Amino acid sequence: MHNEINLKLKVWRQASANVAGGFQTYDANNISTEMSFLEMFDVVNEKLINDGQDPIAFDHDCREGICGMCSMHINGRAHGPWDGTTTCQLHMRAFKDGETITVEPWRAKAFPVLKDLVVDRSAFDRIQQAGGFVSVNTGNAQDGNSLPINKELADAAFDAAMCIGCGACVAACKNSSAMLFTSAKVSQYALLPQGEPERKTRVLNMVAQMDKEGFGACTNTGACEAECPKEISISNIARLNREYLNAQLSL
Amino acid sequence: MINNRIPAGELAQKWSTYKSTCKLVNPANKRSIDIIVVGTGLAGASAAATLAELGYNVKTFCFQDSGRRAHSIAAQGGINAAKNYQNDGDSVFRLFYDTIKGGDYRAREANVHRLAEVSGNIIDQCVAQGVPFAREYGGLLSNRSFGGTQVQRTFYAAGQTGQQLLLGAYSAQMRQVSIGAIKEYNRHEMLDVVTIDGKARGIIARNLVTGAIERHGAHAVLLCTGGYGNVFFLSTNAMGSNVTAAWKAHKKGAMFGNPCFTQIHPTCIPVSGDHQSKLTLMSESLRNDGRIWVPKKQNDNRKAFDIPEEERDYYLERRYPAFGNLVPRDVASRAAKERCDAGYGVGTSKMAVYLDFASAIERYGKIEATKNGLANASKDEIIKMGREVVKEKYGNLFDMYAKITGEDPYTVPMRIYPAVHYTMGGLWVDYELMTNVPGLYALGEANFSDHGANRLGASALMQGLADGYFVIPYTIGNYLADEIRTPKIDTNQKAFDDAEKEVKDRINHFINVKGSKSVDYFHKKLGLIMWDKCGMARNEAGLKQAIQEIRALRDEFWKDVKVPGTADSLNPELDKAGRVADFLELGELMCMDALNREESCGGHFREEHQTEEGEALRHDDKFMYVACWENKGNNAWELHKEDFSV
Repeated sequence: MHNEINLKLKVWRQASANVAGGFQTYDANNISTEMSFLEMFDVVNEKLINDGQDPIAFDHDCREGICGMCSMHINGRAHGPWDGTTTCQLHMRAFKDGETITVEPWRAKAFPVLKDLVVDRSAFDRIQQAGGFVSVNTGNAQDGNSLPINKELADAAFDAAMCIGCGACVAACKNSSAMLFTSAKVSQYALLPQGEPERKTRVLNMVAQMDKEGFGACTNTGACEAECPKEISISNIARLNREYLNAQLSL
Repeated sequence: MINNRIPAGELAQKWSTYKSTCKLVNPANKRSIDIIVVGTGLAGASAAATLAELGYNVKTFCFQDSGRRAHSIAAQGGINAAKNYQNDGDSVFRLFYDTIKGGDYRAREANVHRLAEVSGNIIDQCVAQGVPFAREYGGLLSNRSFGGTQVQRTFYAAGQTGQQLLLGAYSAQMRQVSIGAIKEYNRHEMLDVVTIDGKARGIIARNLVTGAIERHGAHAVLLCTGGYGNVFFLSTNAMGSNVTAAWKAHKKGAMFGNPCFTQIHPTCIPVSGDHQSKLTLMSESLRNDGRIWVPKKQNDNRKAFDIPEEERDYYLERRYPAFGNLVPRDVASRAAKERCDAGYGVGTSKMAVYLDFASAIERYGKIEATKNGLANASKDEIIKMGREVVKEKYGNLFDMYAKITGEDPYTVPMRIYPAVHYTMGGLWVDYELMTNVPGLYALGEANFSDHGANRLGASALMQGLADGYFVIPYTIGNYLADEIRTPKIDTNQKAFDDAEKEVKDRINHFINVKGSKSVDYFHKKLGLIMWDKCGMARNEAGLKQAIQEIRALRDEFWKDVKVPGTADSLNPELDKAGRVADFLELGELMCMDALNREESCGGHFREEHQTEEGEALRHDDKFMYVACWENKGNNAWELHKEDFSV
């Protein structure tokens, strides 16, 4: 069960947004296979600190796969080799002794690097601000059971709403498209009666904001769905396209 | 000294009386009032959105890159509400009563009753926002039961209720950002509260990307900054969760209430080695079907499979035949610790017990076989069918366990151990959620008020949203009505100069110590002291020793911490240094509070105070009070008491 492995890490280092970055190689020795990928980074950083070097900056918080903060591109895959898994839940059992692991930040024009592996994902907040809500002030609500909702629709809305906003879909896409993220939010509200009054303006405004942020177009390669740690379905993108077309034709 | 501002009158009438008599701020005046909200979890996001809807100017601050990442997002189980949709006898009073009882009679009744009263409104509001709660085939909301209650009042969205509720509050917050009513300051950390003439008038914050120290003025400051479980280093909290905002408020005069009340959850994935950075909760629901055991022999190194039935000790079933594996959280936690300390633990670390689903799998398999008319099903077939049933019930948890440990819990028993999960203590607040510093509020887990000495499952989400959506919008007006003549807060005043200087001096100190040990080194050491001596079981000698050890560690930290990098850049080590410095002070206060409370209640177990059966022994005659600690500077405190016995 418990093994130790030695690895080489090729990590993207970039001091700040405005300077050029490059790869640096580090040894990661005596790594327990029971560690999570981020705990392996903790060990490497502890050594860098003790050696008087600048530790590698990376985003992380909950370390249980739900906050969406962690964001490493590992050996060419967003969140690394395990399907349906965030970087923080990836464990070192996934790697072999002697392996070289390449770690990069999310790469997208709309996600500028702030430092090393840390990128700015505020574009996602702005897409949400463009229409990812129901306009209901606190205190306006009727009784929660006054409007029955078909269970299948509620479950489908939940499946879309599971998106953690990590940006893996953008990082995995050769066009850096944010369609999976945007469509998941559009779908959640399009499937529920609460989303109905603002259905058309929502999809138009969110897509417009997505384009404004510099995300690319969707060419249906499906990389986003394959790399999504929450396995959000690409069928949400089809729904977004229907919603968008319908809104454009009828508004 | 203590004025809790509880309205007069019958318990059940207090909140309606308050709402109809509190002062109001008219819409024109709201436009010229600024409010700062620190923290964007359930309490912060719901408060910020609601106050902005009312017309106030709101600024939000969070250390994460987006408001949506706050640790409320990780809550699994559900949210309680006294809707009585199940027609099973629930009511506002029953939710109130369960919460008070669950808190071992150490919570403030007026607050808890109000919490139960508004609980139903929370569900309505979340449904209206498009939160996809679980539903029945008839389209109505589904409920499940949770520990400590006899009714089904828990609303949920699979195992991600916290995520869905937070994203609902975040969407409301984003809507207000889009119309300019909220200005967001993400990747910012509050490093001090600024008080002028005794009132909170703003904060000092650090931009965590550029390192810039900023001044922000406001007519009121809301701290919605969560709990302080990370004082133990290992907990189920997020890595960044910290006490800094609350601690700065404490040092500016706000009292800290019941700091020793921490909840330790019995079913978490155990530590796998020194590299461990956090602990992951396995939902309490697993104890419905799992049997907890350890080998009867000490230091037994055999695999679970090789230990025959008669050599297994189902210690909870043995010690508590009436409740078995479903004993309350604190009892289950202490019993696991007792077995492991005595040398019966399992796994490589020997600090774990088994949670075994084999008999549940067999039982369910037999039921399936009967249902399907397979009277002659083989044992393998029965186990196969049983595993399917267990997968249906707990599949996502089993998957998570397998990912983290590399073991298959369908065939090998899970290993579990207790972990720090929630802190009931926090900033002392009055009925209006205001600390004793006028204009400074604390909401959600950051305050002490509603859970007493222990919190029931599915009640944290309820309290965070109650405070933010339905309490603060009323109570803050009662204060701000007298502030309408206060002009925009000028941040060029001396109080801001002084606070900023103090913040900068402290940062420069960390950068310039250039000691020999990393921040994590100190944090881990503090965590071990707290876990050993102020954790699941506490005693006088241990607590006194812990205080000495923490003081020594704190001195060493200030002299020998090594923080690389600069103050004017993105520097996570510097962020951590500031947080650990505050934990090193809080830890001492927690031990002092635990030492002072010579009784056992809820999450606080003093070994000197137990029954002959080893159960917690309360002393209602002496300790029916909130321990309110006032900071006297230089790590000295004065105890005040809010008495609940009258």
